[in-house]
Amino acid sequence: MGVEFFIANILVLILTVVASLVAMLLRDLLAAAVAMAAMSLLLSLEFFILQAPDVAIAEAGVGACLSTAIVIIAINGTKRMEDE
Amino acid sequence: MSGMSKIVKTAVNILFPLTMIFGLYVIAHGHLTPGGGFQGGAIVASGCAMIVVAYGSKWVFKQIKEKRLSSFESIGAVGFIAVALLGLVFSTVFFGNFLAGSSLLFGTIPATGSTGADFNTGGVLPLMNFAVGVKVIAGLFVIVLVMAYASSVKEWDT
Repeated sequence: MGVEFFIANILVLILTVVASLVAMLLRDLLAAAVAMAAMSLLLSLEFFILQAPDVAIAEAGVGACLSTAIVIIAINGTKRMEDE
Repeated sequence: MSGMSKIVKTAVNILFPLTMIFGLYVIAHGHLTPGGGFQGGAIVASGCAMIVVAYGSKWVFKQIKEKRLSSFESIGAVGFIAVALLGLVFSTVFFGNFLAGSSLLFGTIPATGSTGADFNTGGVLPLMNFAVGVKVIAGLFVIVLVMAYASSVKEWDT
């Protein structure tokens, strides 16, 4: 565990928090779903940095693909923009 | 839900075979590399979910029946338990690895130390990975299909 390892760890965690904040604040629901997928992908990258590639593959498959597909299908049944 | 634009459909047509190959690779190499039945099944099911999002649930329901997916899920569960019970028959215990050390399928015992990965090892573990993979593919795909079908129904009868 070198210092560059530590820096990458902190950077990925900060980006995860930023992506989830973007997903919360966006009014366009489709863009928010994509931001949530990016958050899930960054989380799987964090799992990979922490040397759990098994969990990283599961997180990338379920979190970034399947849940995003389900959310996009749900948005397709309603409106795209969020009301005030 | 209806289908999406032609750009999305073309991108999905290109990406779908690659996703399938990668997911089946993760399932088949579950005893050698990170991943296994659940992870590879989730990857294959996300490829199928991509098809559902791009082409719409009506088109997908024309191609496949959910009864067939249900029977696939049952085949996965029954196959897993059947392999475990075969361990009880041919070996001594439940989940006994009766194929390891024999000259049958997946029977080679790898040499100790850091050697190259041999695909033909692992005994019953690849068979169990295949069973779990079939079950996870069918289960996750039917979740996405039911979600797409339920969101395409405009008015409920209640």
